[in-house]
Amino acid sequence: MPERILLRCRDIPDLRSLATYLRHGGYESARKALTQHTPEELVEMVKASNLRGRGGAGFPTGMKWSFLPKQGNKPVYLAVNADESEPGTFKDREIMEDDPHQLLEGILISSFAIKCHRAYIYIRGEMLTGYERLCTAVKEAYDGGFFGKNVLGTGFELDVVVHRGAGAYICGEETGLIESLEGKRAYPRIKPPFPATHGLFGCPTIVNNVETLACVPHIVARGADWFRSIGPEKSPGPKLFCVSGHVAKPGVYELPMGTLLREIIYEHAGGIPNGRQLKGVIPGGASMPVFTPAEIDVPMDMDSVQKAGSFLGSAGIIVMDDSVCMVGAMLNLAHFFHHESCGQCTPCREGTGWVENVLHGLEEGHASPSDVDLLLNIAGNMMGNTICALADAAAMPVRAFVTKYRAEFEEHARLGYCPFRPRAAAAEPAHAHA
Amino acid sequence: MPTLEIDGRKVTVEDGHTVIQAADRAGIEIPHYCWHPGLSISGNCRMCLVEIEKSPKLQIACNTRAADGMVVHTTSEKTKIAQKAVLEFLLLNHPIDCPVCDQAGECKLQEYYMDYDLQKSRMPLDEKVHKGKAIPIGPHVVLDQERCILCARCTRFLDEVTHTSELGIYERGDHSRIELAHGKTLDNPYSMNVVDICPVGALTSRDFRFRARVWYLEREDSVCGACANGCNIEMYHRENRLFRFQPRANMDVNAYWMCDAGRVSIGSLQGEGRMFEVLVRGDEHFAPADWPSAIATVAERLQACGSGGVAVVVSAQATNEEIHLARRLGDALGATVAGISWSPPDAFHDDFLIKADKNPNTQGLVRQGVSTDPAAVDAILRAIDAGRVTGLVLLRTDLTRWVDEARARAALERVATLVVLDTDGRPEAEYANVVLPIATYAETEGTFTNHAGRVQRVRRAVSPPGQAQPGWHALGELVAAVTAGQPPASAAAVFDDLAATNAAFAGLDHERVGTLGAAASANSRASA
Repeated sequence: MPERILLRCRDIPDLRSLATYLRHGGYESARKALTQHTPEELVEMVKASNLRGRGGAGFPTGMKWSFLPKQGNKPVYLAVNADESEPGTFKDREIMEDDPHQLLEGILISSFAIKCHRAYIYIRGEMLTGYERLCTAVKEAYDGGFFGKNVLGTGFELDVVVHRGAGAYICGEETGLIESLEGKRAYPRIKPPFPATHGLFGCPTIVNNVETLACVPHIVARGADWFRSIGPEKSPGPKLFCVSGHVAKPGVYELPMGTLLREIIYEHAGGIPNGRQLKGVIPGGASMPVFTPAEIDVPMDMDSVQKAGSFLGSAGIIVMDDSVCMVGAMLNLAHFFHHESCGQCTPCREGTGWVENVLHGLEEGHASPSDVDLLLNIAGNMMGNTICALADAAAMPVRAFVTKYRAEFEEHARLGYCPFRPRAAAAEPAHAHA
Repeated sequence: MPTLEIDGRKVTVEDGHTVIQAADRAGIEIPHYCWHPGLSISGNCRMCLVEIEKSPKLQIACNTRAADGMVVHTTSEKTKIAQKAVLEFLLLNHPIDCPVCDQAGECKLQEYYMDYDLQKSRMPLDEKVHKGKAIPIGPHVVLDQERCILCARCTRFLDEVTHTSELGIYERGDHSRIELAHGKTLDNPYSMNVVDICPVGALTSRDFRFRARVWYLEREDSVCGACANGCNIEMYHRENRLFRFQPRANMDVNAYWMCDAGRVSIGSLQGEGRMFEVLVRGDEHFAPADWPSAIATVAERLQACGSGGVAVVVSAQATNEEIHLARRLGDALGATVAGISWSPPDAFHDDFLIKADKNPNTQGLVRQGVSTDPAAVDAILRAIDAGRVTGLVLLRTDLTRWVDEARARAALERVATLVVLDTDGRPEAEYANVVLPIATYAETEGTFTNHAGRVQRVRRAVSPPGQAQPGWHALGELVAAVTAGQPPASAAAVFDDLAATNAAFAGLDHERVGTLGAAASANSRASA
């Protein structure tokens, strides 16, 4: 078991309190950053570390920071994306609940680096415990002189606001999050302009994920070279993998970027229980294309997973054994995206519901064989044609499920019922289990 | 000034213009729903997706800035697939109730379906999402949530133009719906604009709906006469009836909008009070007459009053042409000419389009040197009281509202010869010796000068009722009768005479005023 960096909370009891955090070197990185470095040096350091966003898109963090206008009289904002809602993803939650100061220290250093004096933590509404612990930690940080008018006696000023979302997946899309923070309906914005120039309240804004910011203190403490040495150089660092589904030991695993998916499932998570076989695994949260058992020898880093035809996404690894009906699994995902589409763009608003309807028809036995291709066609018409990536997120799994498990979809259509579910009576196959 | 190529056509546009605007300039329509030139860019409908070379994905033309060397394809295979897909998505949950939908015939869903889609639905009918229908959301507008394509034009208009935000989008995904914000009704003075900008049948006008199928309607470019702003409009008409006014874009006057009061003023142009008979009073009662004999009677009686014995009162409801001829008549008779520009004292007005002056042509009076000072009419009434003025010509006026009613009635009673030219029967007509029914501004050619001095044309959309004649025609005949000259051939000819003799209108003619109007000359009031 390699050293835990992001999940030190597993090793240190009560790390969430400021006193404990300080006893274990807490805020030393921040002190170092604010007293020994200029903001420009910190941006360069994060660039050099090759840190890439942990929220899903994997965009280089330092590069994102460097898109901020070099000059201007508008304030710069940092919006922390703590709206963790991608199905199969539960890593940021552990950081916020058990090591909130790690995040706050990351926010402090990053704010100093991007010359931001007001940071907002947008936390998913359902995460009440995380919210309460963050609020406590933020108060501790103010009292300890890490936030406020004169941070660490350096004259740097930083206010941090914790804002609870009201429960919509789309609020995790960075411009939807910004709209929501502004008190509006979380309709993602058309780009350009991008948040780096026109973000929160029309001001330059950086939106970073919780885990991304939690990496920053460690980069400052140990250097960019150290960070880059963990895992593949282009996509390095310690990484939290969320393993759920049919594994013996589901949970969050901190492993080096690039750990093989097979190793994560079979070694760290204890393999498939009950003597069953692996049928499929989603590597990066509900929106990412599924892998078949033949595809799991893939290093879990951004570039390798992409090369293998999917995305690392939020590193939500959803494991499905051979008891799973892939039509039913896809229907479950489709129901989610239908429920969460904001409804702004036509293809997503209408397509997500249509996809669910067709899948429902297949699962309930009133579909035709042509519906299998219809699914691919609808998904194709949704892909790439909307303001934000939710339509892609809804369409990509459809393409992968239907393509990789086509026989199962066709079987549903041919049989007129779901072969994975017990049927009450052979005489009435179509609706017996409705 | 980037130059780009759209479907093989080169077009140069100003910096900051988008592809959809550039295409428009090149004469290429890129289909769109949510984009509207008078509103912010929303980019939600996805109908304007186009292929741009070197761009991996299709781009929305409404939010893509035109760039030098850009090559755009609006009819490529990729574009066509996307257009067809968007239409299929839009129609997926649409009720397809065109036979009972008031928008049919001017519905962008119908039009684009024919142009870009033409496929059968691939979703069973019984799976459609149902929402509210025929919901009255204000005094003028009805909402059908099922027909709505959620383009957010209405909400953007109410957020950005009227700043009243009565409507919002509620719920998510395919359950999203337009709805009134809690505790609000859509009753701002510009509410009916949402009906115009709604590209489908989701928002319809309570005033107009079910009154006519739009393909039976004809339209005429004109100007609204409900106030001094002079919003440019289209008058929709059929079988000599007006059915609705809609705004016509004019960036210098009303942009894309007009007020509700202007729209519903249509009723006052064809109301119960319209006069349609030429009437000449005999010993006691009115008797119907024909125009030539009525004109001859009027000319004879007015001439008999002698120089200085006649007064002419013209209201700001009259066209520039009518005012000009009223002045010509005054000149020929040696008469005093005075103006009236009456508005209700508490008339609604704002700093957007609606003016407190409810007359379309007060500036026409001013720029022809006709005083709208109440003292001018007062002097005439005193002259009538004193017996110095015995002949009075009233053109579209209501004296009883302009001055004290009892005083007005006393003067009207006393004056020996009263000639009333008007569209509607007002109190004055009771006292008239001759009543000459004339056309409303929807029934005549002519011009108004708006509050800012812009000369704009009104057009004859419908014919005047019965014997009624355009004002310029009636006055032209009268002037000809008293001067033994030739009556004018047209309103345009009258305007030419005005332009030739009045510096404020110099250099203008109907042709030049055109459909968008022209600024009257700055050196106003000067008059030959």
